[in-house]
Amino acid sequence: MSAVVTGVGVVAPNGADTEAYWSATLAGQSGLRHTGAEVPTRSPIRVAGVARDFAPKRHVPGRLMVATDRWTQLALAATAQALDDSGIDLDAVPEYERGVVLASSSGGNEFGQREIQSLWAQGPRQVTVYQSIAWFYAASTGQVSIRHGFKGPCGNIVAEQTGAIQALQQTGRLLARGARVVLTGGTEAPLSPYAMLCQAQSGWVSRASHPERAYQPFDRGAGGYVPGEGGGVLVVEDAEQARARGARNLYAEVAGLAATTDPPPSSGRPPALRPAIETALAQAGTGPGEVDVVFADAMGVPDLDAQEARTLAAVFGRRAVPVTAPKTMTGRLYAGGAALDLVTAALAIRDGVVPPTVGVVDPAYPDLLDLVSAARPAALRTALVIARGHGGFNACAVLRRVER
Amino acid sequence: MTPRQAVITGIGVVAPGGIGGKQFWQLLTDGRTATRRITLFDPSSFRSQIAAECDFDPAAFGLTAQEARRMDRCTQFAVVAAREAIADAAFEPETTAPQRLAVSVGTATGCTISLEREYIVVSDGGRDWDVDPAYAAPHLYQWLAPSSIATELAWLIQAEGPAGVVSTGCTSGLDAVTHAAGLIEDGLADVVLAGAADAPISPITSACFDAIKATSPNNANPERASRPFDRDRDGFVLGEGGAMFIVEDREHARRRGAAPYCAIAGHASRSNAYHMTGLKPDGLDMAEAIRSALDAARLNPDDIDYVNAHGSSTVQNDRHETGAFKASLGAHAYAVPVSSIKSMVGHSLGGIGAIELAACALAIRHNVVPPTANLETPDPVCDLDYVPNVARELPVDVVLSVGSGFGGFQTAVLLAGPGASG
Repeated sequence: MSAVVTGVGVVAPNGADTEAYWSATLAGQSGLRHTGAEVPTRSPIRVAGVARDFAPKRHVPGRLMVATDRWTQLALAATAQALDDSGIDLDAVPEYERGVVLASSSGGNEFGQREIQSLWAQGPRQVTVYQSIAWFYAASTGQVSIRHGFKGPCGNIVAEQTGAIQALQQTGRLLARGARVVLTGGTEAPLSPYAMLCQAQSGWVSRASHPERAYQPFDRGAGGYVPGEGGGVLVVEDAEQARARGARNLYAEVAGLAATTDPPPSSGRPPALRPAIETALAQAGTGPGEVDVVFADAMGVPDLDAQEARTLAAVFGRRAVPVTAPKTMTGRLYAGGAALDLVTAALAIRDGVVPPTVGVVDPAYPDLLDLVSAARPAALRTALVIARGHGGFNACAVLRRVER
Repeated sequence: MTPRQAVITGIGVVAPGGIGGKQFWQLLTDGRTATRRITLFDPSSFRSQIAAECDFDPAAFGLTAQEARRMDRCTQFAVVAAREAIADAAFEPETTAPQRLAVSVGTATGCTISLEREYIVVSDGGRDWDVDPAYAAPHLYQWLAPSSIATELAWLIQAEGPAGVVSTGCTSGLDAVTHAAGLIEDGLADVVLAGAADAPISPITSACFDAIKATSPNNANPERASRPFDRDRDGFVLGEGGAMFIVEDREHARRRGAAPYCAIAGHASRSNAYHMTGLKPDGLDMAEAIRSALDAARLNPDDIDYVNAHGSSTVQNDRHETGAFKASLGAHAYAVPVSSIKSMVGHSLGGIGAIELAACALAIRHNVVPPTANLETPDPVCDLDYVPNVARELPVDVVLSVGSGFGGFQTAVLLAGPGASG
């Protein structure tokens, strides 16, 4: 059994659909903006990746708009694109063999803030009937399942920025046990005032006010990351079944997946990023020398950047593999982050081009990393996607071109 | 090669009516209820003013002052239950490679108690949408992203393998444990600290269930309010708490001389793709999950000795799952004892699935089936044997536990004790 990606959908700060995102990304066009009047003036966070071109009403019917948070609307829009892109005839797939496994890191933030505000300002009777179904972490999974008639196994993983790779791992398990098609990936909408304040408290978010300088991973000026909203959804199928139905896209095979957890900083033990990479490569039966591109986690926090740069150099050799972080154009999307990186890796393999990292002007690890700063054509067979998250989460995915 | 199988070798429980596995089992087998008027906040302006609360003092259960500050009540439940599970399993983390140790924890509402408490401050009582950073607590981010619960557990058991939160609403507890079983079966871990916790007894969560009239307004008689399958039920009663398990590969348990409570013999989930909160009375999607779990376990309906129902005490649920049992188990549905412990410990959303699995594992260990309390006048549509009010002694080897939740998710888990064939 092997799982293949047969459809992708995207909503991102630099593009409200897959092709808009991909062309902006290849051109190095960032979606990071000074938040200005769009988010609170008291927030210490000045720059964010806002999905400005996203028009939820174009994708979500009115009765669902009132019952969903923006995060779920993003998921519904990305899902519709992914299903459309896959060309799959759902009527030909038994309904109990269609699954949904998404990631979510913080749930329905804006919806939840509004309802708590109503409760405390006006009393419990002002809380709407939709709070119970809009806020909780599985709301997007549930709405996607209902909207597209997916009656098979459904899941939802919360593991900060690594959630979508863990969700992909669960997807593989479901496919191995009889599911035919699984929608996976994730989105996040973390830019409402209270959610922004919570993020600021982690100490990892940039407080810079210039969009070009707010998120500079692997740069000597790195001072944290920028949060963003959006994400991606992927249609994943068993490879043989996808071939048998004549799937129009076989973007990539999911060749290897691994997740690990860092020990507490006080333990004196090394972080667990390296074993995550090595386990994913081993599962894919791929040596480091066969990896053609690495989509780095690129936290933008100096000591985490240093860990990642040294780990990549240790596994692959110094400057031995192109490394990129297109998330410098979207910000970190949490549950949507690894999902978007998986989609980006699939598109990179399809088109034979490494998308760039923007904003790095003074590289901190020029002797360790070949950081790609302009779109670079290359025959890509194997891509490694790395995700790390607050709390010590690491996850890696190896995607491999499907030979026709 | 024999396929890998996940077994449960340690149990820890934090539940209303007494903290710890022993107290929990005593409550259930006595048929006592732990539901009462809410004390965690002033419920007088709410429609439903009752809940099953844990009398939980973090310091008394060994949490330091700093742990108690940074961990939400939900995380505290998970950590205290985890410590009990580790001790119960006599598991020494140092004996297993850290990469082979994993964490899978379920929660529906995560750290909402802390998020709500702090929101009141930074918004100055709900006045300011543009919240004030000057009043922000240092651990807000850990509460916004409840994956922090998985981190705390990973650090507790020194796990460096996969760790994550499974959050599928009210099926989270079952789904987190089956996720753990999947990690074991697929060879991605040898030992998983798995389970779930929730602490949803808060104004915002109470208000959201008030709004849809899902919770019981029987404020005059709290200890009788959770009455699954009874004609006079009028909604579920919120609960809180959690249960954690040491789930490990059977062979790993054998090598270290641990005697399993039971194996996780089969599991499956399905969705109704129908409505976020609505259920059809036929229960066909839950029935499909049950059938699929039986297939995975290579068991027949007749093998099931006890069914631990979702039994939430709503008309819709009780009829839905009664339909599901009939559709999946056939004639055996009428013969097998079915009960709902939510009648005693309330419905702790994502936490309850794990608490119910703890009850199932203990039922296998002790050959006793816990009752459905408060079942006095059965709903005529609910015509199975729901073990009213009094625990029953009988040989218990194979147990089915089911969960049903918002989003339309339906999960079935089969546990098989050492006496079960196969």
